[in-house]
Amino acid sequence: MSSAALFGYCGAVLVGLGLYGLITRAEVLRKILSFNVLGSGVFLLFGVFARRGAAAGLGADPVPQALVITGIVVAFSATALAVALLVRLNKETGQIIVTSDDSEESSEQGATR
Amino acid sequence: MTLVFACEVVLAGLLVAIATWTIVARTAFAAIVLFMVYGLLLAIVWVALSAVDVALTEAAIGGGVTSMLLMGAATRLRAPTTPVADVGLPLRIAAGLLCALVTTVLGAVVFFLPDVAPTLAPVAKDNLAASGLGNPVAAVLFVFRALDTLLEKVVLLLALVGVWSLASDEAWGGVPGLPVYARPGRILVFLAQILPPIGIIVGIYMFWAGASQPGGAFQGGTILAAVWLLTMMARLQDVPAINARWLRLLLVVGPTAFLAIGLAGFFIADSFLAYPPGIAKPLIIVVEATLTLSIGVTLALLVAGPPERLSQR
Amino acid sequence: MMPDTTSFIDATTTDGYLLVLVIVLPVLGILLSLALGGKFIERITLALLLVGLCVAIAIFAAVLRSDQLVVYVVGNWQPPLGIALRADGISAAMVLTIAMIVLAIGLYARSEFGQQKGAAVTRSSYAFWTLLLGIWSGLNAVALGDDLFNLYVALELLTFAAVPLVCVKGYEATIKAAMRYMLFALIGSVLYLLGTALIYGTYGTLDITLLADRVRPEPAAWTAAALMTVGLLAKTALFPLHLWLPPAHAGAPAPGSAVLSALVVKGSFILIVRIWFDAMPGLLTFTAAQLLATLGAGAVLFGSVLALRQARLKLLVAYSTVAQIGYLFFIFPLAAGASGNELGASIAWTGGWLQLFSHAFAKTAMFMAAGLIAEALGHDRIAELGGIGRALPITVIAFGLAGLSLMGVPPSGGFVAKWMLLSATVIEGQWWWAAVMLVGGLLAGGYVFMVLGKALGENATLTLRAPIARHREVLVLAVALCAVFLGLVPLQPSGFLAIGRPEMQITALQ
Repeated sequence: MSSAALFGYCGAVLVGLGLYGLITRAEVLRKILSFNVLGSGVFLLFGVFARRGAAAGLGADPVPQALVITGIVVAFSATALAVALLVRLNKETGQIIVTSDDSEESSEQGATR
Repeated sequence: MTLVFACEVVLAGLLVAIATWTIVARTAFAAIVLFMVYGLLLAIVWVALSAVDVALTEAAIGGGVTSMLLMGAATRLRAPTTPVADVGLPLRIAAGLLCALVTTVLGAVVFFLPDVAPTLAPVAKDNLAASGLGNPVAAVLFVFRALDTLLEKVVLLLALVGVWSLASDEAWGGVPGLPVYARPGRILVFLAQILPPIGIIVGIYMFWAGASQPGGAFQGGTILAAVWLLTMMARLQDVPAINARWLRLLLVVGPTAFLAIGLAGFFIADSFLAYPPGIAKPLIIVVEATLTLSIGVTLALLVAGPPERLSQR
Repeated sequence: MMPDTTSFIDATTTDGYLLVLVIVLPVLGILLSLALGGKFIERITLALLLVGLCVAIAIFAAVLRSDQLVVYVVGNWQPPLGIALRADGISAAMVLTIAMIVLAIGLYARSEFGQQKGAAVTRSSYAFWTLLLGIWSGLNAVALGDDLFNLYVALELLTFAAVPLVCVKGYEATIKAAMRYMLFALIGSVLYLLGTALIYGTYGTLDITLLADRVRPEPAAWTAAALMTVGLLAKTALFPLHLWLPPAHAGAPAPGSAVLSALVVKGSFILIVRIWFDAMPGLLTFTAAQLLATLGAGAVLFGSVLALRQARLKLLVAYSTVAQIGYLFFIFPLAAGASGNELGASIAWTGGWLQLFSHAFAKTAMFMAAGLIAEALGHDRIAELGGIGRALPITVIAFGLAGLSLMGVPPSGGFVAKWMLLSATVIEGQWWWAAVMLVGGLLAGGYVFMVLGKALGENATLTLRAPIARHREVLVLAVALCAVFLGLVPLQPSGFLAIGRPEMQITALQ
């Protein structure tokens, strides 16, 4: 097993772990944490493909590395927006989870000025 | 099994263990601390994969500012009055099976990868001289796939506007509610006086060196953001109001310079986001310098959150 | 780079710079308004929208005139190393639709989010116009991108602009809806990214045109396609992943609901089509297509039935979106040409895209009308709509015209679209989708007439909370008429929508 393959399996496990946390944890903050673990697993897979693409004197294929850097920044923005939403939600409702259907309420508030 | 490989096995095992612990930890605080450790371990994994630029970014953004952001949120969340009910067992079993399936499929894909991997490294290397840079990752980010980077900057700004829009109407234009210490301890103040000058030098160096070695605008900018946040949290500097003219100009100077040079490419080079040969490197340095500033300010403001009050306390 | 006959990307075409312009104009607006502290942002946005409409018309004309793709290779770095932008018939029509609808929404939103001369910049107005610009840029980038990772960044741009739009007024329930939308969107993005990683690792490129030649039906490609589709289905809110849509679209302010339902959910749909038809054409098996269309059928039936049960107008329209999105997925079994039936495939292709465009106009008009009604009455309870037909006749007529498109009744774009999809089912012998479409049309008729019946009822004691300017009603009518004018398209497979797709043989319907 090469080191790239080892980290490939590692990435696969991280994806599974992150997805599990994202689905099963009820608190939104834990969901966001799991999303970050899941994202890092995906980036690790990109990194494995980069390492396997080492050629022409470069240690790793630069294109997936650039994609991962962009992806890390985008994932951070997503986390920041989600966290801001969570903090605001908590300030308004005192909740830290997203509960059942509030369609009626939402539509009512959306209809009035 | 060589020594290096044995270390990598241990590293991978630690990574999975810490990730599992992060997911199942009982308190949010513990989970965030573990996540910080996870981010730093991951940075070492990136070095093992010969992706040093990514390692720097992961350590700075993944392990650094993300953890600051999450920790700030955890301190601001009020505990709910009714305890949170965990997801029921049937759903957990179903989710567990689904995730095991996904992991197995991904593992199988990795296992059956052909020996010869498709790669763009030779093409990138061939065009590296034409790009004007010495760091191939920076060349991909700012030359070959510059449109991605431009759009990504817009995404950052839009996320910031989205965060700001969550303020209340009265606090609009005011001071973000970054959690700061009411009475910062002596150690924190000491660190906040010592670290920022070092951080600024490291950040600027990292952007400067990024043209030919691992580094770049994103990594350098994040370090600047981190030390700025440190001084604000230790109350050595006031958190600025988002209306401040200098703040807004710093936010836009990076993407504006990038876009302007890109549009100039229509006339002075022969395409959008193309650089005329000969002055490619100076132009890219200008873009990266302004982006470093903008990224630093944007990331710090994303951590600071939406405005909460109109005046300094 | 030698152009080969199967590759579409040769080099930048003469009008290619227009593609860059239409993505970059909104970015200029965002940067300018941020620098100015939000002053004049409304005027900047509307000015840019007008210019953008001209650029979109120019792109449409360029594709029409040259009968070929309009291509732009960014920075002159050829894929696979660089990124290309590409406008075929579909993209050109999409960019034009986007420009028209966003401009209409911008004009409509002036009364709610407009800035008074000399007054301070308010949070909601600044946020609304900036987010609208972001959505516009993201939509254009999604429509024109030809690189899977560039499309990922564009999709994220779209999402981060759309989510805060849901709660831009700051009400509590809308924040909950936005949070749920964000969580679904996060799962969607990361699954899409995972698929992109697998594709790069297996084929070494993310350019859609190059992938069409390289992708083989192998497990890695299957896994990638499945993951990306699931992620994008979460963003398109296809049944059963539609749970976030009704509260989010109903809770947003009316102009926000319009852009979300009409355009934002279509962005991820376009990507699903690009993946299955353009990037990985050999992969769409009969089973996969039937599965997607079954989910679509579920959306049509489930969404329509739930729409009938709603007590609030905006929720009814939101559930109607859930239903109408289902129709779009009939493209997969019908237009894939898997059965070797090219006539049916080209008819279904035209019909499916016409459904997308006419629904975009119709839904915009519907949400705008619902918004005017809610402003006038102070509420949107369907049972108490009596008398509004007399007070706002133009608005109710517009609502009715938009409803024609949803039902599939002539004259309307929806009628042509559904007629073509029905013809394709008959030609290809997949009559079970025809049954679903007919039932869906009946149910749509049910909920549209439910609203119209109440609205046209008598109520002598009705007093309007707020007066509605006549020009806003006329604007809503104009948008609804666009949906009707799409019905003037001939009942033929469209040559324009097949530009850039040599596999769509165009044969005229006899």
